[in-house]
Amino acid sequence: MSEQMTGAQSLVRSLEAVGTEHIFGIPGGAILPAYDPLMDSSIRHILVRHEQGAGHAAQGYAVATGRVGVCMATSGPGATNLVTPLADAHMDSVPMVAVTGQVGAAQIGTDAFQEADIRGITMPVTKHNFLVTDPAEIPRTIAEAFHIASTGRPGPVLVDVAKSALQSMTDFVWPTELALPGYRPVTRPHSKQIREAARLILESRRPVLYVGGGTIRAGAFRELRVLAELTGIPVVTTLMARGAFPDSHPQHLGMPGMHGTVAAVAGLQRSDLIISLGARFDDRVTGKLDSFAPGARVIHADIDPAEIGKNRAVDVPIVGDCREVISDLVVALKAEADAGHTGDYEAWVDFLAGVKKKYPLGYDTPADGGLAPQYVLERLGAIAGPEAIYCAGVGQHQMWAAHFVGYENPNTWINSGGLGTMGFSVPAAMGAKVGRPDATVWSIDGDGCFQMTNQELATCAINDIPIKVAIINNESLGMVRQWQTLFYNERYSNTDLHSKRIPDFVKLADAYGCVGLACESPDDVDATIHKAMEIDDVPVVVDFRVHRDAMVWPMVAAGTSNDEIKYARDLAPKFDDDADLELRP
Amino acid sequence: MSASADTRHTLSVLVENKPGVLARIAGLFSRRGFNIDSLAVGPTEHPEVSRMTIVVNVEGSPLEQVTKQLNKLVEVIKIVELDGAASVKRELLLVKVKADVEARSQVLDAVQLFRAKVVDVAPDAITIQAVGNADKLSDLLRVLEPFGIRELVQSGMVAIGRGSRSISERTLRPVPIPAPPAAG
Repeated sequence: MSEQMTGAQSLVRSLEAVGTEHIFGIPGGAILPAYDPLMDSSIRHILVRHEQGAGHAAQGYAVATGRVGVCMATSGPGATNLVTPLADAHMDSVPMVAVTGQVGAAQIGTDAFQEADIRGITMPVTKHNFLVTDPAEIPRTIAEAFHIASTGRPGPVLVDVAKSALQSMTDFVWPTELALPGYRPVTRPHSKQIREAARLILESRRPVLYVGGGTIRAGAFRELRVLAELTGIPVVTTLMARGAFPDSHPQHLGMPGMHGTVAAVAGLQRSDLIISLGARFDDRVTGKLDSFAPGARVIHADIDPAEIGKNRAVDVPIVGDCREVISDLVVALKAEADAGHTGDYEAWVDFLAGVKKKYPLGYDTPADGGLAPQYVLERLGAIAGPEAIYCAGVGQHQMWAAHFVGYENPNTWINSGGLGTMGFSVPAAMGAKVGRPDATVWSIDGDGCFQMTNQELATCAINDIPIKVAIINNESLGMVRQWQTLFYNERYSNTDLHSKRIPDFVKLADAYGCVGLACESPDDVDATIHKAMEIDDVPVVVDFRVHRDAMVWPMVAAGTSNDEIKYARDLAPKFDDDADLELRP
Repeated sequence: MSASADTRHTLSVLVENKPGVLARIAGLFSRRGFNIDSLAVGPTEHPEVSRMTIVVNVEGSPLEQVTKQLNKLVEVIKIVELDGAASVKRELLLVKVKADVEARSQVLDAVQLFRAKVVDVAPDAITIQAVGNADKLSDLLRVLEPFGIRELVQSGMVAIGRGSRSISERTLRPVPIPAPPAAG
C-alpha cells in the first residue's frame, strides 16, 4: 500500500484522496513545493489575487455545494491573510480546510523570513488546527482535518505544513482509522428528549419554529417543511437560515432580530414556546436578552451541546443533527396526531397573520425619483429567480437582500452572518460559481464592501467564472451612516465614500475584463438586470446608483428590548395579544 | 482567593499529549472569560494522555459552559469534576524561611507539626517542603510568616478520585473512517 514520494506529493495525493476538486490559493516560498505536484493533479487550482479572497471563495464553494471548501497559502503574510475567512467560517459553521506552508522545521521559532505562528494565531478562530513537521503525518492529518471540518458542527480546520516536511521523502500510507479520541459528535437525538419536546409542542398555544443556519448545514429543508405543515406552527428563519423555509409559504413570518420583520419579532416575543432548530440565540436575534420572549419555554436542538443554554435557559435540550431531530419530531408528532392529539394554535396563527398583514416589509420610494435600493433587490430576486445563488457582503445591502430578494431554496443565500465581514461577497460568489457552474450567481455588494475585495474580478474574468455583481452604491458606509443618522445627530464622521465619483465602477469592471453597467433610474432597473442576465461568458458588474438616505427597517436599536422594535423611524408597531394592531407614535 | 467554595470547582481533564494543548486550553479560558485558580499538568498511566487538574472559579459563567467549551476542543478526551469528599486533593509547597541558630528550633517545630520536611539548610535559612490541601498549606505559611519568608513557590493542585475506579478507562478507542472516494 505504501509508496515513496515527497511530502508535497503526499499532500496533493491526500487532498485528492479526500475528494478535493478545487483549491483557491496563492503560492509562495514555504508552500512552493506543494504547487509542483499540484500541476499534475486532477485538482483544479484557482489562482486568486489575495489570500482573503481564497478563504471566502472556499466558504462560498462550501455553502453552495455542501462540501468542504479548500484554500491554500504560503507562510507568514499568506497565512495571516486567511485569518479573517477562518474566523468568518468559524462563526458561521462553514466546512473548510486551509492548507498553509510553514518555514522549515529547523527554522520554526527563529523569526525566519515569512514566519508566523499561524497555528497559534488561528487557535481561537478554527474548529481545530495542526502543525505538521513529519512528512509521514501528512495523510493522516489531511484525513483528520476533512473529517473534523465536515462532521458535527462544521467549521474551519487549518493544516500548517513545514516546508521541510514537503521536501523530504516519505511513505504515502492512507490511514484506515482516525486517532481522534476526543472527537465524537453526537448526531442522534435522545428519544426521551424528543418525546418531551413533542409534549411541550402539543401543550403550547403560541409556539414558533425558530430556524437557524444549522438547519441549512444539516440539509433539513424537506424535513422542516414537513414538520411545519404537519403542525401548522409559524416559522421564522434567521439571517443564516434564509432559504431553509420558502419565503412564499404562508406560515413564514420572515427573519427575526435587529432588522427582522415585525411579525417574526412579535412571534418570538409573544410566544409561549420557542422551538429552536440549529439557531444560537445570537444577540442580533434576541436583542436585550433578559427581555427576550419573556413568556416562552424553550426547546433547543443543536449539534453543538455548548450552544444549548449558553445564552438562554432551556426547558428541553436536544443534542443532535437537525435533520435527525426534525425527522424524529415528525414521527413523534404524527403518532400523537394518530392518537387524536394535536396542538391548538388557531388564535395564535390568526394573530400573527394579522401582524404580518398589518406590518409587511416595505419601503419608501424616494420623492426625487431616485432609485430605492430595496426596489433593485426586489426586481433582482424576481428576475434572477429563486434558483439563483445570492451572496451578500455586510451592511444595509445585506439586510435588504435578506428581506427583498425572496428565497425558496436552501444554500441559495450566502452571507457573512456571525463575523460580519465586509468584502465577503465577491470572493464568496466566485467560490459558489466554481462549485455550482450551472447556477446563476449574484454577488450583492455595497460600494464599501466591494472596494475591499473586488480584485477577485480578475480571477473570475481569467478563469471563466462569470459571476454577476450588483453594487448597491449609496456612496457611503451605509449601515454606519444609518446609525449616525439615528444615534449621532446626523454627524457623518468618515462614512462618506464618494463612490459615485471615485472609482468609476463601470470603467473598473472594464479594466478587469468584465462587463460594466450602470443604472440610476427605477425605469432602467429591469432592462439592466435582463442585460446582465444575458451575459454568461464574462463577469458582469452593475453599479446601481441608489438613493443614499434609504434606511433599513424594521429596526431594534442595539442593546434594547425587541419590544422596542421600530417599523419605520418614530413608528412603533403595537402587537399586544389582546390589543388592536394600531400604530403608536 | 476570596471566592466561596461553591463557585470553585476542580476539574480533571484528560487530554491528548500533543504540542499546543496547554495553549489551547489556556486560550479558551482567557477568551471566554473563565477564571483559573490553579492548573497542573502531568503524565498519566497512558503515555499518549496527559492529565490536567484545573481549579476553575465560575462566578459569572456557569460551570456547564466551561465543561462544554472544553469538551469542544478536539484534543480534550474527557472531563470529570472531582468533588471534595470523594477525592484527594494535594498541592506542593517549597518555602525558604529565615532561620538563624536562635530561631531554627522553633521553625523545626512547625515543620514537625505540619508533617512537612526540611529539604535544604543554610546558615541563616532553611527550605521546607510541604504537601497538603490548600488549607493546610496556608495554615503552615501563617505559622512560618513571623520568622520571615524569603522565597515561596507553590504547585497547582492535583487531585484524584477515591476508590478503585479510574477515569481514564475506555477513553482511547480509535474512530474508523469511511473509505475515501476514489481519487480523480
